[in-house]
Amino acid sequence: MSWVWSNLDLIWDRTLDHVVLSVPPIVLALLLSVPLGALANRYRVSRGVILSAAGLLYAIPSLPLLIVIPAVVGTSARSPVTLIIALTLYGIALMVRVVADGLASVDPDVRQSASAVGSSAWQSFWHVELPLSGPVLLAGLRVVAVSTVSLATIGAVIGVKSLGSLFTDGLQRGIQAEVLSGIVMTVLLAVILDALIVAAGHALMPWSRTPLPVRSRNGAPGGAEA
Amino acid sequence: MIEFRSVTKRFPDGTLAVEDFNLVMPSRKTTVLVGSSGSGKTTLLRMINRMVDPTGGVVEIDGTDVASVEPVKLRRSIGYVMQNSGLLPHRKVVDNVATVPLLSRVPRKKARADALALLDVVGLDRALANRYPSQLSGGQQQRVGVARGLAVNPNILLMDEPFGAVDPIVRAELQRELIRLQRDLDKTVVFVTHDIEEAFLLADQVVILKHGGRIAQVGAPAEILAHPADDFVASFVGADRGRRALHVENHGGGDILVDSEGRLAGVLAAASASEAKAGPVSGPGASAQGQDPR
Repeated sequence: MSWVWSNLDLIWDRTLDHVVLSVPPIVLALLLSVPLGALANRYRVSRGVILSAAGLLYAIPSLPLLIVIPAVVGTSARSPVTLIIALTLYGIALMVRVVADGLASVDPDVRQSASAVGSSAWQSFWHVELPLSGPVLLAGLRVVAVSTVSLATIGAVIGVKSLGSLFTDGLQRGIQAEVLSGIVMTVLLAVILDALIVAAGHALMPWSRTPLPVRSRNGAPGGAEA
Repeated sequence: MIEFRSVTKRFPDGTLAVEDFNLVMPSRKTTVLVGSSGSGKTTLLRMINRMVDPTGGVVEIDGTDVASVEPVKLRRSIGYVMQNSGLLPHRKVVDNVATVPLLSRVPRKKARADALALLDVVGLDRALANRYPSQLSGGQQQRVGVARGLAVNPNILLMDEPFGAVDPIVRAELQRELIRLQRDLDKTVVFVTHDIEEAFLLADQVVILKHGGRIAQVGAPAEILAHPADDFVASFVGADRGRRALHVENHGGGDILVDSEGRLAGVLAAASASEAKAGPVSGPGASAQGQDPR
């Protein structure tokens, strides 16, 4: 424990590094997955292509990806940007399917009624379909957040500082406390981000947690929205 | 006035939903399209606001071909009420009612104030304004649906089996409300149902449809009852089974109306009942009309 007390500054710095590495990919993955998922949900062909590509993307091991990205994008191999791009790609790989499924889960009656009263396709998407797929999106984003925080530790291997640096350094120098604090802080960070996302979901979607007194009869109160 | 001229709709899969359909729906009257499933009644309704485009023929509103009007603009000028209310589950009641004004960029404050006033019109407590649709009963949701349909003060109100999913007591209540509303608002209402009782109760003009949108008979409820055009109509309105042929039986001093199957249809009321809108003298229908304050 004495290692922890004398290295609080180091742990704090690596934690901040880790936040800077993992938050942008989570946000970017969400933003980029929405149009991709919408496209996947729109046509049968685009669905097949986009969802297969997303599945394959997630199957690429992270180390080769971290080598390929600098070659393709032109970033330096040791730049945090390389890692952020890789994590964004993994996030998209998970999130695109969630967005497509979430949009598909919107009650066709509601979609039709939106169009019947004169919503344009654009308005229907932003005001009806996307908000109503919110609970599904939220569930997917929680998985992306936790997985991104955990994956970001790989940065240590290519020399990008993160909580992962505490593992590698601790292992090389045989400091168990350092390895352990890296693990604890990674888990803690994941839990905090998850809680923040859940709180944001509650604030943005008050309708999704209202009691459903009248529909309890059919045994599926609220369906996908609940 | 809404006019259908030789309207045909063939769906891409080859199904002929409607063939050579001709009809005039007079302004400020209620026209009820009634038929069983497959009669094309909902397809016909949806051709009015271009949810469905005909493959042949013309639909005109006051002489304007609807095909020449941009669908979004057209739909915003026509009220639409559907089964299961079609409310947006993520919007509060007041915002659901204000949906179309908000889409048309009416200032939020005005749209909400108008929406609250509409809740009064459809007989809903303003206290429900800030609830979500899932917190309302089926009948209340349907009232919100009607209020939303009225929000742009349209001349035309399309109603697609709006009361199909609520229980009979609530349905009777909603039907009475609609009759009251129509008396006050004087809209051109096009109403789709498979329930002939509902059609006779609400309609100025009943259109009985056979399979494929062919018209079996058009007329006022009393005309159809008195002179069914053919066996299909007679069977549809129940005349062939004797359900419409009522006779009086005296039970311990009270006059009871009985149909020819022996089913009790109601009681013989004082003469005022005959002033009610021409309709069947059946139990629930007759009482629903009789309770109307006139």
